[in-house]
Amino acid sequence: MRIKCPLCGERDRREFYYKGAAIDLARPAPDAGDVAWDDYIHNRENPAGRTKDLWQHEMGCSAWLVVERNTVTHEIYGVELAENVKRGMK
Amino acid sequence: MRISNKGLIDRSTAVSFTFDGKTVDGFAGDTVASAALAQGRKVFGRSFKYHRPRGVMTTGSEEPNALVTLHSGAAQDPNIRATTQEIYEGLQVRGQNAWPSVDRDLMGVNDLFAPFFGAGFYYKTFMWPGALWEKLWEPMIRRAAGLGALSGEDDTSRNEKAYAFCDLLVIGAGPAGLMAALTAARAGADVILADEDARPGGRLLLEDEEIDGKPGHVWAADITAELMGMDNVRVMTRTTVTGAFDQGTYGALERVTQHIAAPSDDMPLECFWRIVAKRAVLAAGALERSVAFANNDRPGIMMAGAVRGYLNRYGVAAGQKVAVFGNNDNAWKTARDLQAAGVEIAALIDSRSDVTPQGDFPVITGGLVSDTRGRGALKEITVQSASGEQKIAVDCLGVSGGWNPSVHMLCHMNGRPAWDEATQSFLPVDNMVPGLAPAGAAAGHFSTQAALESGINEANQALTDLGLNTTDTKAPQAEDGAYNITGLWEVPHESKGYKRAWLDFQNDVSTKDVRLAAKENYASVEHMKRYTTQGMAPDQGKNSNVNALAILADATGRDIPTTGTTTFRPPYVPVSLAALGAGARGKGFAPERFVTSHQATVDRNAPMIEAGLWYRPSYYPRPGEKTWLESCNREVISIRNAVGVTDVSTLGKIDIQGPDAGAFLDFVYTNMFSTLKVGRVRYGLMLREDGHVMDDGTTARLGENHYVTTTTTAAAGQVMKHMEFVHQALCPDMDVRFISVTEQWAQFAVAGPKSRELLNTVLDDKIDNDSWPFMACGDVTLSGVKGRLFRISFSGEHAYEIAVPSRYGDALFRDLVSRAEVLGGGAYGMEALNVLRIEKGFITHAEIHGRVTAFDIGMGRMVSGKKDCIGKTASERPGLHGDHREQMVGLKPVDAGQNLSNGAHLFFADDDITADNSRGYVTSVGYSPTLDTYLALGFLENGPAHYGKKIRFKDHLRGIDTMVEVCNPVFLDPEGGRSRG
Amino acid sequence: MRFSAWQVLKEGLTGNKGWKPHWRSPEPQSEYDIIIIGGGGHGLSTAYHLAAKYTDKRIAVLEKGYIGGGNVGRNTTIVRANYFLKGNSEFYSHSLKLWERMEKDLNYNAMHSQRGILNLFHSDGQRDAAARRGNMMVNQGDDAILLDREGVRDILPYLDYDNIRFPVYGALYHKRGGTARHDAVAWGYARGADQRGVDIIQNCEVTGIDIENGVVKGVQTSKGPIKAKKVGMVVAGRSSQVAAMAGMQVPIESTVLQAFVTEGLKPVLDNVVTFGMGHFYISQSDKGGLVFGGDIDMYASYAQRGNLPTTEHVIDAAMTLMPMIGKAKLLRSWGGIMDMSPDGSPVIDKTHVEGLYLNCGWNYGGFKAVPASGDCFAHLIAKDEPHPVAEKFRLDRFRTGHGIMDEEGTGSQHNTH
Repeated sequence: MRIKCPLCGERDRREFYYKGAAIDLARPAPDAGDVAWDDYIHNRENPAGRTKDLWQHEMGCSAWLVVERNTVTHEIYGVELAENVKRGMK
Repeated sequence: MRISNKGLIDRSTAVSFTFDGKTVDGFAGDTVASAALAQGRKVFGRSFKYHRPRGVMTTGSEEPNALVTLHSGAAQDPNIRATTQEIYEGLQVRGQNAWPSVDRDLMGVNDLFAPFFGAGFYYKTFMWPGALWEKLWEPMIRRAAGLGALSGEDDTSRNEKAYAFCDLLVIGAGPAGLMAALTAARAGADVILADEDARPGGRLLLEDEEIDGKPGHVWAADITAELMGMDNVRVMTRTTVTGAFDQGTYGALERVTQHIAAPSDDMPLECFWRIVAKRAVLAAGALERSVAFANNDRPGIMMAGAVRGYLNRYGVAAGQKVAVFGNNDNAWKTARDLQAAGVEIAALIDSRSDVTPQGDFPVITGGLVSDTRGRGALKEITVQSASGEQKIAVDCLGVSGGWNPSVHMLCHMNGRPAWDEATQSFLPVDNMVPGLAPAGAAAGHFSTQAALESGINEANQALTDLGLNTTDTKAPQAEDGAYNITGLWEVPHESKGYKRAWLDFQNDVSTKDVRLAAKENYASVEHMKRYTTQGMAPDQGKNSNVNALAILADATGRDIPTTGTTTFRPPYVPVSLAALGAGARGKGFAPERFVTSHQATVDRNAPMIEAGLWYRPSYYPRPGEKTWLESCNREVISIRNAVGVTDVSTLGKIDIQGPDAGAFLDFVYTNMFSTLKVGRVRYGLMLREDGHVMDDGTTARLGENHYVTTTTTAAAGQVMKHMEFVHQALCPDMDVRFISVTEQWAQFAVAGPKSRELLNTVLDDKIDNDSWPFMACGDVTLSGVKGRLFRISFSGEHAYEIAVPSRYGDALFRDLVSRAEVLGGGAYGMEALNVLRIEKGFITHAEIHGRVTAFDIGMGRMVSGKKDCIGKTASERPGLHGDHREQMVGLKPVDAGQNLSNGAHLFFADDDITADNSRGYVTSVGYSPTLDTYLALGFLENGPAHYGKKIRFKDHLRGIDTMVEVCNPVFLDPEGGRSRG
Repeated sequence: MRFSAWQVLKEGLTGNKGWKPHWRSPEPQSEYDIIIIGGGGHGLSTAYHLAAKYTDKRIAVLEKGYIGGGNVGRNTTIVRANYFLKGNSEFYSHSLKLWERMEKDLNYNAMHSQRGILNLFHSDGQRDAAARRGNMMVNQGDDAILLDREGVRDILPYLDYDNIRFPVYGALYHKRGGTARHDAVAWGYARGADQRGVDIIQNCEVTGIDIENGVVKGVQTSKGPIKAKKVGMVVAGRSSQVAAMAGMQVPIESTVLQAFVTEGLKPVLDNVVTFGMGHFYISQSDKGGLVFGGDIDMYASYAQRGNLPTTEHVIDAAMTLMPMIGKAKLLRSWGGIMDMSPDGSPVIDKTHVEGLYLNCGWNYGGFKAVPASGDCFAHLIAKDEPHPVAEKFRLDRFRTGHGIMDEEGTGSQHNTH
């Protein structure tokens, strides 16, 4: 598996750390309530197909990335810097 | 038998080797199989279950029968295909899965019990009495099963792993692969051409045919020479591409020296490659399949293509009187080639009635081989035809049930090929593996001409995909015969008696087994395979999957496409673990990290222990000390009374700078750092977002916008990653930057009442309690070297940590230790460090083991109410605090002198010892020389409520059952006066 | 038909003509009392236990492909009861007891073999954790022995004791642990359930769950609608998709776990061995193949296949631990879809829909749980209350924080196990 880091170019999967679904970017407010926090930390759409998840180019530039890819075929559609995605969420 | 003037072997170079101790004389270019066949060997192996004698069937890596063991001792190498192993002088080959030898195997008696050993027999018996399964039946099965044997000695072979990159990977160097590589190479693409054979050419080496008027093998050699002369081409022979993985990654095994008698020491035995290719062409050819007829497994019965392959490539006639049995035009080539070479063709039997005989040999059309005879070697075949039954004496039978395109690699990503009626085979469908295009016979183009053209087409398509210009490479003239075939899977035979028609030769699966599976409703192809074990043997069903599917289809009254399809998983050929794990043996498994004081510590004879990837000293023995505990006790006491020095550089150090540094730390730690004064240090607790403790450590504020955070050794990487996540993904607009400086600073703890006295002998500017009070920090110089000094304590003593750039670490450590020794102390190790912190009730990851909350460790109040932080909301869930939680406590033995053990469980005195009654457990234990007692830290339900109570301490595994008193975990100096002193 | 040595002998002498289907292939009826979605190990075990122990109602198992085609057919076959957190401990202890009588109960030889498991440890800290675990096992009434290095050497002389990167300090030895023939477990339960009247319907994909006013009414399938009073979802690898049919999001991320087998070899490795400093575990099957595995591939995936980095890492661990297997050859690798829960422990619980039950989140440890998971899920479905040994497998533990079972101590959030 190979991922194209926006800063470093295409690298082997070994250089990357995987965190999980990109919902991790959408941290609720402290007072959002237990259901919202349960959904944030635990419950997942977990799609069989297109998804966005978080990876870090740990052995490279350390950038956190949002990778859009397919969980069935492992095709990768695109990679963005997590910080840009987060800024765009506001 | 050798045939003169045939074959590509080098008859001027004789090579001898031994097979089961008997000398075999061959030539350079021979395989074990070709040389042994030439010398008349029939039996090469014994089957898995019934130990039936089996001979060579194929010329390639798909060989099911001729599996042998090479070498002996640590180099012993089982399950090697005799058909691909090149011979060299002195090679030792042994038969396997037989006793005493493959020629006379007493285990052959198993075959007599075959009626009771059908598919799945073991699921139906051996159940009573239960105890006999493990004691008797299973050991018997295990001994009988297996093929070759490992030596039991450690593998010592040298192997390597490597990466390669290219525009186009061509898998297979037959006509299609050579043309594909040539086409792409001429267009300027970076090309890797990989073939598992020692010599490119593929099927061209096994056939007697011409390309552009040249013998096929000469054409292949010419093209190979052209390719090897190009800078943009790498030709990798003896390299089997073993698997297709995501984004164009392929695994490949190169056998570097397995064919060399005495390779030089720097050459690996094998190299496992990861090849990253933008595009790939699968030109892996096709594999011939057998037909299921009674006793179709006798030595001497081979694939028809292999019979002529041995003739054309090795100059070996596999028999003196040969018959050929097939259902397709291709089989006829075998009879023609052999007859042309002067071998007697006893009969060509074609199951089809509507074929026109070509060739001057006896032909039986509409004929079926229904049985064979010959114990240990084929003697006779029985043929059924319109003219009745006849028996023909032969010593070799070439069988062709048709050809299966080698779609294996295309199935590695769960793509499924589709059934094709015309070729009676499974053909690739589009995009089974992204970027991997089949060509040649692998794509169902069975004529040489069609294969050549398909190689060009697929290469041009790849070039177009890559945005490269195509060139006008034209296919040379070659054989372009039609491939006519009529499906034939099974020749009916009497179902009674011992006669079986074999499908999976390796696992001894017959048509009867498949039919039994169907009868018992294992009718899905996956059930049938798993129930009968068909396809589970070393050939991964290459020789039997399609045939077995066809029999299952027949048995269940379905056609092939509705019955199922065939699939394969990586690797394409078995790969040694030594190659896949090359470099990992011994210390190679993980990096080793050494602190700057490592050598100084080793010089002092301290045993080093692994701490994650680091090595840290256990204790520093002194003359006369007989046990680690004596040394540890002495170190602890010296720190309580004088001064000790230890290396704490393994702790993670993160340098954090920027206007928002304080705010950022407030967000990742439970407590406040923005309020910390410059020049001061504060202890911090970090939670995971799930509300449990991730790590702890101290953070020093060196400047208005500059902090240095320390993490535990174990969590350094995790914390760094976490902080990067929080910054980039949660608060990217915070103006803060940080970097790990763990390896930039050597840091030493100097602990004990004489610590300041010691430091003042090395610091350029002396310190006192006013300039460096408890939890102060700042820059210092030592002989002009800039360092940092932190007044923090993990021992409860008046203590400091001093940091200098790593290059001064060794010198400073040696200096500090010598000076400490003068003051009545010295270096101390992890054991003493552990006792010191237990005495003080300080936690490590033994306590913050991932399941505990701040509440559990008595630090609930450290979760600031004034601000949000990672993990805060989740930590407020009702389940994560309250009396039901197991909370940290101290434990002291009631009987002085009683030793304690880590991992014990805690019970209330009157409770029975049951899992349900376990109220807690022990996480840290040490003997305190200061208090002259064992001490423990542990977790106990509603722990602090039980202070003063005596409870039961139970360690079944170490045999300790005693009473302990629950107490505050701070055993020593609860007011903390010593550290402030 | 009852299986026995006598039966095998009799059939062998008469041409093996008398064998009967091990289960029927019925068409679905229009209505059942209980439908189990998922014909894997857990689903078949649930159906078996329902019919054998808890109810005489009409039961169907609906399987979208072929039974036993999921993780029960693609794992490393290890059976053990060495958990130490309350909740897990009693459950796996119960499961091992059911394993020990499975073959007698089912009259089907699943080749359960108590070869013993040695969990190696490589530091004082790991020894302490192993001791804590072992003490809980003994508290629970199971077996555990703490071996030192020499004790391990007596049993596993072939490990590298001299040059290994992380030296062997000792092992937690669980003698009743072992392996089983994985496919046979599914088939044995299928046959047992079928014999007790359960309809096992293959190639029947559930496409919807019918819910009216918060009460389950049945399911939509590729073979048409089927009514049911109760529906159990037990579809590891598809839990999120099936739960979504009932409007639920479950705390599951799916990842791939690879498993590996070598070519057949003469007996060389008698026990199950696990390496404490890398994810690696190995045993030798009765056919002679070395069966081994390691960590998950660490990314969300439904691909049922993995990639080389994990493969190589697992084999790196093999080579540092037991270099004597270097000449064994990897024959086949495969991947299963793991239902990864936040804390690494499963869920067996009711849902917000009356009559709809959920069994999921077995992470990479579902195989050994097959008997007890079925027993407990059957208990829950039949009696509407949790089986005593599975009462902590609650779905709401993540929301409330009560009873989180993080055996590894790596977190109760995703991708930490």
